[in-house]
Amino acid sequence: MIAEIGLAALWLAAALSVLQLVGGYLGARNEDSELAVLVRPAAVLQAVLCAVSFLALVYVFAITDLSVRLVAENSHSMKPLAFKLSGAWANHEGSMLLWIAVMAVAGGLIALIERRLPERTMMATLGTQGFVGIGFYLFILLSSNPFERLSPVPADGNGLNPLLQDMGVSFHPPTLYIGYVGLSVAFSFAMGALLTRNVTPDFARVMRPWVLASWIFLTIGITAGSYWAYYELGWGGWWFWDPVENASLMPWLAATALLHSASVLAARDALRTWTIMLGVVAFSMSMVGTFLVRSGVLTSVHAFAVDPERGSFILALLALYIGGALVLFALRANTIAEGERFSLLSREGALVVNNVGLSAILGIVLLGTLYPLLTEAFDVRVSVGPPYFNPVSAIFFLPMLVILAVGPLLRWREDSFARIRMPVLVIGAAAVAALVAVLLLTDIGFLPLLGLALAAGVAIASFMPLRSRNIRRVPLAVWGMCIAHFGVAVALFGMAADSAFQQERLVAATPGDSVEVGPWEATLAGISPVAGPNWTAMQGDIFVSYQGGEPTETFPQARSFWAPQGETSEVALVTRWNGQLYVALGNQSEDGRWQLRLWWKPFVTWIWYGGLLIALGGAMALVGRVVGDVRRRSTARREEERRAEEAELATA
Amino acid sequence: MKRLRITLWVIVLLAAGLFGLFAYQLSQPKDDFVRSAMVGQPMPEFDLEPIVESRPGLSRADLADGQPKLLNVFASWCIPCAAEAPQLEALERSGATIVAVAIRDRPEDVERFLAAYGNPFARIGRDDISEVQLAIGSSGVPETFVIDGDGVITYQHIGDIRDSDVPMLLDELRKAGG
Repeated sequence: MIAEIGLAALWLAAALSVLQLVGGYLGARNEDSELAVLVRPAAVLQAVLCAVSFLALVYVFAITDLSVRLVAENSHSMKPLAFKLSGAWANHEGSMLLWIAVMAVAGGLIALIERRLPERTMMATLGTQGFVGIGFYLFILLSSNPFERLSPVPADGNGLNPLLQDMGVSFHPPTLYIGYVGLSVAFSFAMGALLTRNVTPDFARVMRPWVLASWIFLTIGITAGSYWAYYELGWGGWWFWDPVENASLMPWLAATALLHSASVLAARDALRTWTIMLGVVAFSMSMVGTFLVRSGVLTSVHAFAVDPERGSFILALLALYIGGALVLFALRANTIAEGERFSLLSREGALVVNNVGLSAILGIVLLGTLYPLLTEAFDVRVSVGPPYFNPVSAIFFLPMLVILAVGPLLRWREDSFARIRMPVLVIGAAAVAALVAVLLLTDIGFLPLLGLALAAGVAIASFMPLRSRNIRRVPLAVWGMCIAHFGVAVALFGMAADSAFQQERLVAATPGDSVEVGPWEATLAGISPVAGPNWTAMQGDIFVSYQGGEPTETFPQARSFWAPQGETSEVALVTRWNGQLYVALGNQSEDGRWQLRLWWKPFVTWIWYGGLLIALGGAMALVGRVVGDVRRRSTARREEERRAEEAELATA
Repeated sequence: MKRLRITLWVIVLLAAGLFGLFAYQLSQPKDDFVRSAMVGQPMPEFDLEPIVESRPGLSRADLADGQPKLLNVFASWCIPCAAEAPQLEALERSGATIVAVAIRDRPEDVERFLAAYGNPFARIGRDDISEVQLAIGSSGVPETFVIDGDGVITYQHIGDIRDSDVPMLLDELRKAGG
């Protein structure tokens, strides 16, 4: 019964999205259209129905209703409750339902609270939202119905892929999806502005919180995904340039560019066309990413839920929305008036360079991800990996860091180099000092060396915009920018330090053996079998001590799951402020010794701390902007009330 | 403005090309198998020890003795290898010479496997580190290669041999000069 309620709610929501499209279209042409008054209520009701539908799915997973096919295929009665719940979205159908639910809630929110733009533009925006929504509703209802029943009902479910039975995974995909959906909202705003020829600073201000929010979620999602791959896959790396990882990186790069260009449009009424373009590109990238992951045209270590029929469906949506938006854009671009002009040495100039750099990296990642697909069409099989991605993206990334350091110091419109000479010298001195110190103390590769030096420079530079300002009166959004830029420095330091200084040992050990790796000494005390709710494991008992200090006991495991069958490596991590010891237990060799893999990874955790700082900076900026908007609105309202009162008194 | 419009139409065309590529790749049958690049190439140089007492080991020279052969890549721990055993025996009864490479295996396990499922092999080489398997471009077990009299690989069969594959393999063997 609950499943049927969920399905019915979804159909009703789909019908409302049609109303939203038609009403929005008519309303955009003529504000007084009768259907236009229904658009906002339709969006709000749709949000409620989608939320009901998603909660219904979570409920059938919570009670393990095996008569629902999706539950039988992806869950198991023995699974811990937390993983039963996360099972609701850890599969294709559930994740698409989550996608549309988040999108509907976002649409409902806009319809409920957003009143700053001309009503015609709002109608066009909500109409676009309805249009995008229809495609996804049809996709779910026709090819990925999550509520499909199963007869006969099986005795128990298939369980969840063991790699996915992890708390990190419970939150990783929804986080990324919220990010993707946020970009669909930005896309709708961009189309609304383009359709009604209303690309204004106001439009940028209205769109910005959505871009910012989705960018925060994407940042957290990518950071969490990177950490998950690091400890769960047991390879010790934190980024593999795998197509699925790239699929999440590309929308992030586009969103980062969009965020900065929207700021220019909001503050200075420049970069109009470029902002619209990025709005289209950012959403395209999230759709291309979804397509690559779901269709199986690219082989990936993440290969899951591969289905060519669904691939065709997503491709059709991709061609319809993105192709349509690009054609509309090409037809309309000359009607967007040119924005304000500015000199190259100005805040806008720096942001343009940053945008070009981000777009270039986006192009590089896109090309590298799709290149195997292209050559395969000509029967040549290649695989593109770190030897391509690392140096080629570094060519653009490193100069961008210089811009990141200097840009925020520049004034809008026009500036002179003489004015910012002092802070630039300080930043340069910090970078050179770090460079010299590292060169004297160690012997490391060129890229890590440059990375460490730039990290020092950027760290200093990120707080430079605060100099000669009254700290207590600095707006929250500016603090956000400083923190986010500082996060970039922290993450960069982690990446450079890890690649320069990490040490690895692979040994075959018997109980009693000791191994040294870097400043650590590890002693294998014993190996014993252990059992969990749906797995058994061989567990190592290993004492590790840092520089001969107090030993810590660690328990790496090689786990075997039985529903469904599979093996995972549960690594033991010992985290210190200056890095992490990574202990993985491998197989037993024929002579009875156990494979042990140990890494000492100095400052590796700073990569993810940096990612979280970037997201925190974004969150501060978001809160700052939203609170600012609310305050401005209430001031304006009070002003209006005062005027009305005065007018009343005057007439009385 | 003119330049901008041209740029935008170029982007539209690029996107259309991309969608076309996606559509083309979606419509292509996805092969789950990795075909060996060694088909049509001579066998690489190798010399494997025997793994069981009853059969000699296998080297490159044994495969270039003028007579075409089937080379079966198998392992005792591989279930489909047991499933294809009757078909290998049928091939042997039809006159095919079959040699084999045992992948990452132990002598006692191979003895047990051959006792249980039959032994149609003239020679069995011991490949503990998959060196020959990788050198001939085999990505799994079981796989069966047709080798002509000069030691050139002429055909690769991936997966277990079904009943329906037997005439086809005999045909390939005949084409290789047998």
